Amino acid sequence: MAALIHDITRTQVEDFLYEEAALLDEWRLQEWLDLLTEDATYEVPSTDTPDGDARTTLFIIADNIERIRSRVHQLLGKSAWAENPPSRTRRLISNVRIREVEGDTIRVTANFAVYRMRFELVDTYVGRYEYTLVFRNGVLKIRQRRAILDLEALRPHGKVSIIL
Amino acid sequence: MEQAALDNLVLDNREAGLFRVHRSAFTEPRIMALEQRRVFEQCWLYAGHTSEIPQPGDFRSRRVAGRPVILVHGSDGVIRVLLNTCTHRGAQVCRESCGNAKTFQCFYHAWTFNNQGELVGVPGEDAYSAAFDRAALGLASPPRVEIYRDFIFISFNPDIEGLVDYLAGAKEYLDLVCDQSEAGMEIVTGTQAYSMRANWKLLVENSMDGYHARTTHQRYFEFLVETGVDASIMRRRRGGVGKSLGNGHAVIQSEPAFGRPIARWTPSFGEEKRGELEAIYQQMVERFGAEWAYQMTQTSRNLLIFPNLIINDIMAITVRTFFPVAPDYIEINAWALAPKDESAENRALRLDNFLTFLGPGGFATPDDVEALESCQQGFANREVEWSDISRGMKRAQPLVDDELQMRAFWRQWHALMRGSQRAAVPVHQAVAD
Repeated sequence: MAALIHDITRTQVEDFLYEEAALLDEWRLQEWLDLLTEDATYEVPSTDTPDGDARTTLFIIADNIERIRSRVHQLLGKSAWAENPPSRTRRLISNVRIREVEGDTIRVTANFAVYRMRFELVDTYVGRYEYTLVFRNGVLKIRQRRAILDLEALRPHGKVSIIL
Repeated sequence: MEQAALDNLVLDNREAGLFRVHRSAFTEPRIMALEQRRVFEQCWLYAGHTSEIPQPGDFRSRRVAGRPVILVHGSDGVIRVLLNTCTHRGAQVCRESCGNAKTFQCFYHAWTFNNQGELVGVPGEDAYSAAFDRAALGLASPPRVEIYRDFIFISFNPDIEGLVDYLAGAKEYLDLVCDQSEAGMEIVTGTQAYSMRANWKLLVENSMDGYHARTTHQRYFEFLVETGVDASIMRRRRGGVGKSLGNGHAVIQSEPAFGRPIARWTPSFGEEKRGELEAIYQQMVERFGAEWAYQMTQTSRNLLIFPNLIINDIMAITVRTFFPVAPDYIEINAWALAPKDESAENRALRLDNFLTFLGPGGFATPDDVEALESCQQGFANREVEWSDISRGMKRAQPLVDDELQMRAFWRQWHALMRGSQRAAVPVHQAVAD
């Protein structure tokens, strides 16, 4: 890994995102939490307001770090029925682009297709990620993570019960 | 369908205290086709809220009861609902989900309608005979359109009673929501557009089911404790009642374990909010009196306006409506309703509180979807013919976790499906089992 944020290459960012995707697909959610900063946010805007602000617009998910930790705790527990038994997921991440580097933060966008398989049905979530990553002690961490769906509605998916 | 089959869809034995619904009501395509005619085309249906089209020219297009319609605020200031089909050959004249327009021009042959629905442009009009009446070819409207406190309803039944009469006892509960702001309530930007692989009536039941909360939503209550809510509050029986409100409308109401942004504090709102919310409560007491202010701010309610409008005024207010696409698949739209004049900080707090529980990414709704889809899968076992909805039937006043409110829905549904004239049920007759 580079010593300075300005030396980070796209390949390093891709490796980071692929590693994150693997942790999520393998349900290693506690380890996934370690990728987040203490002030991290995770958002999924409503499908008709992809550029909304969660303070003024109704979202699907707008978690602060406490809410993210609670979500993970629930998903790993028994009573998140929509994920008990857990679904299988497979994330394809591509078109990774470094959009801006400023101070210790780096803004990254990427495209995603997340397949969720459960009870012999497949739901495909398609969209783009907007990440704000920070570079701390030679390690990348996620400060903001927004999954913006290209779907016009959550149909026939009906829910976002996994971490997109 | 045979009359006897329809008559036997619901078993309502008040004497014994047993209430059962035949599961074919959830699975049978012929029942869904009949519902379209006897329920959705006979009742008042929620189409939208005036706050979604605040300025002249504002429009929104959506489907109501399978019809593509346009809600439009005309340049003359009148709110209309127009059927989105060109009177020429049928194409949809509005193909945007929302916007502001003076006219809607059909892209097929360029017939043009103004935002009051009038046909104002026909290319090559001189080719038509004298009998061609442009004035009669404006965009059509549903036979009936009425607005109550900014809630826009339409009906495809020209003979239906007025909306206020139709609302019966539900009007008071809608007022408890609308009275929360002197400036009026508004739909917040952002639509939770989702679906369920389940019958629409399962979502009616689930939207006002106090019995499932502790089990289906166990993780939400554990989350509340994490945020500082006293666990003993949740173990205590919280009282609360279920009511039938006439015409199939129903409500459950109780003092909740969660906070309400209108004026019921909870630790997650932060200590600094406590005084402000108590002050709002006091203002409400002064404006409305202690009883109404208590109901409005300290209790939560899950309200059904028959057949398919849910207004859940709980940890935030959601307006939810849904239509069947197939017996086992529905499309759902849900919005947040909020006081127009609330501060930016309180709006953010409200939306945050909304997402703790509600919507397809909340800590509750996904598990409801899971439960209802699981019911629908279970119905494939046709050997098990009945679902039981008898809970609390012999209680003088059914509780919030009884099922009177569901029976109220089913009784109206059954009367309509049997082909009864949709005569209003007086509220005093509707309240008891």
